[in-house]
Amino acid sequence: MKRLLKLSAIAALAVTTLSMAGTLDDVKKAGVLKCGVNTGLPGFSEADSKGAWRGLDVDYCRALAAAVLGDASKVKYTPLNAKERFTALQSGEIDVLSRNTTNTETRDTTLGINFAGVMYYDGQGFMVPKSLGIKSAKELDGATVCIQAGTTTELNLADYFRSNKMKFKAITFDTNDQVDKAFLAGRCDILTTDQSGLYAARTKFKNPEKFVILPEIISKEPLAPAVRQGDDQWFNIAKWTRNALLTAEEKGITSANVDEMKKSNDPETKRLLGVEGTMGKNLGLDADAFYRAIKQVGNYGEIFERNVGANTPLKISRGLNALWNKGGMQYSPPFR
Amino acid sequence: MLALLRNEKVRGILYQVLVITGFLVVAYFIAINTAHNIEVRGIKSGFGFLHSTAGFDITESPIPFSPQSTHWDVFKVGLLNTLIVAFAGIILSTILGLIIGVSRLSSNWLINRLAAGYIETFRNIPVLLQILFWYNVVLATLPTTRKSLNFLDSVFINNRGIFVPNPIFEPGAWLIGAALIAALLAGWWLHRYAIKLHEATGQNFPAFWISLGLVIGLPLLAYFIMGRPVTFDYPALKGFNFQGGKVFTPEFLALLFALSIYTATFIAEAIRSGIEAVPKGQKEAATALGLTPMQSLRFVVLPQAVRIAIPSIINQYLNLTKNSSLAAAIGYPELVTIFAGTSLNQTGQALEILGITMLTYLLISLVVSMILNWFNAKMKIKER
Ligand SMILES: N[C@@H](CCC(=O)N[C@@H](CS)C(=O)NCC(=O)O)C(=O)O
Repeated sequence: MKRLLKLSAIAALAVTTLSMAGTLDDVKKAGVLKCGVNTGLPGFSEADSKGAWRGLDVDYCRALAAAVLGDASKVKYTPLNAKERFTALQSGEIDVLSRNTTNTETRDTTLGINFAGVMYYDGQGFMVPKSLGIKSAKELDGATVCIQAGTTTELNLADYFRSNKMKFKAITFDTNDQVDKAFLAGRCDILTTDQSGLYAARTKFKNPEKFVILPEIISKEPLAPAVRQGDDQWFNIAKWTRNALLTAEEKGITSANVDEMKKSNDPETKRLLGVEGTMGKNLGLDADAFYRAIKQVGNYGEIFERNVGANTPLKISRGLNALWNKGGMQYSPPFR
Repeated sequence: MLALLRNEKVRGILYQVLVITGFLVVAYFIAINTAHNIEVRGIKSGFGFLHSTAGFDITESPIPFSPQSTHWDVFKVGLLNTLIVAFAGIILSTILGLIIGVSRLSSNWLINRLAAGYIETFRNIPVLLQILFWYNVVLATLPTTRKSLNFLDSVFINNRGIFVPNPIFEPGAWLIGAALIAALLAGWWLHRYAIKLHEATGQNFPAFWISLGLVIGLPLLAYFIMGRPVTFDYPALKGFNFQGGKVFTPEFLALLFALSIYTATFIAEAIRSGIEAVPKGQKEAATALGLTPMQSLRFVVLPQAVRIAIPSIINQYLNLTKNSSLAAAIGYPELVTIFAGTSLNQTGQALEILGITMLTYLLISLVVSMILNWFNAKMKIKER
């Protein structure tokens, strides 16, 4: 399947004269947004028992679909593992990649993709069995580490051990499932990935209390949705949908009160919801595009709490992902 | 002119020229278009990445490798690991296939049924599932590092692998190698002598046992003469893991078992049909000459059966080599896992990397079939 995908991607590059612009038109014509998501990462992207996709990354796609097509359910999800994701985007298999993907210089500059603003500020952490009695990542010299192929995790790990003059052995699997299995079977001493991924993994373990997450965060992992380079209109839509979700939270607009908020006196709120100004039109969308996104999916805070917040199994606090005026880093440029 | 076209030979050449030109035009169009699309898309291209630092680590490597090595080194490590597991798998699956194939024709009901059961089971389960199965079985059944099975403090088995002492050859060790070669040559000569003696006089000469004695004895003698120039690096538990010695990892072992067990079913079937293709009269003649069933199998049936089976066995060897690329699932660092996997994702240069990888498999396939075709030609029954 994987190789098939890669080959078909190459075939696509080879025989077509791909239309560079026009993703918006394509999506409208198809009536459905093709969104690449994680195969299964609780809180971020996971199909529930009825086959419906849920999670923070999924909700971004729903918001985008609501803004562009007027209906948050008009999304076709393509589950992708770490190795497949960029090829899927490059080849046009998907319109947007929303799959806990770190924005890095290399990816931004060499893959022909653009990152549309951070949906979740993360960092790489370590999980170890409690029984090893380890308190700090500095004690990990000589350890065997389980990781997933095609991630920033692989590179950060090598960098961290090298700069701390420690040795390690990495066992690299191409699915997350096998990473967890090998770790639980004791094939490795440590599991390392984005901290969000560690929390998510732990919710799947039978005895989560037997594992601890070490205090060290060894990298910056700004997880961001990505689109193909060269289609500026679509890139703008992807960026400003994310910004709309943040601004909605900042202005106290929720899925519940968005209709009342249309009558608000705040000019930026009016512009965001399409009551005044041409915000939606500027992007080639309907005037009430973001109103629909907020109405159907909620603001960033609602999305966060619903999927990974205190009342979910992941119990992640807002931390860096709080709004800029609440001590965090989530910040949207103004709707002006 | 028209007359020329009516000439069959000329027409043949013309068609070929047309087809080749057509092919080249299409290939040219595809190449140009691909290059154009890649450039428009802002995707990096070229082979410069081969010299840039890989930045990741590889668990097992027959040559020195560190995160500071290049993607070209990754390619080399991947290729070597592919060849290692393919080579070991070919040997193991051949031995296994031979035993099962012969058992499949046994007149002993139990052996016959067991062999049939083996073939039906393992041939019909997708090999990827078998790889994952063996891997997870190995991980689940073997003890953890701290509870390793310990054999005389030199061999340890746990779910991180089988750790054995690693020989270290010091300066005088060459004599041991020389002694081994000498013993092998002597063995070969003895074998020929035994055949000649047998043909000339009918006497049996115990060449095998004498050779075995030489092969073991001579190197041992050299070892002591040179003052024991071989020492062993013993594995020992230090910190998290065993350090030192040589380790066979669970990834390697699971892949090797799965590939060998799977491929052996096809080899067994090839050998069975090979044996069945040997005319019955051959076996009857052997029995009439007073050969025991074992002897008739060894000297009359198998030599003919193997010849018939070789072409399809060649294909199985190639399949095994290609199937080794399924190792990505369990993290054995062969070519597809680390080069077409990790390197590809770190550099994003799918076109170049998949191109190199496909070319490499093509070369391996061509070389293997060349070697085996040569062998096939050599082994052909020579009519006398
Ligand atoms: N943010 C990192 C890591 C992303 C990643 O793939 N993480 C893994 C481990 S949490 C994952 O999501 N695996 C789930 C899967 O492949 O099903 C990156 O962009 O490279």
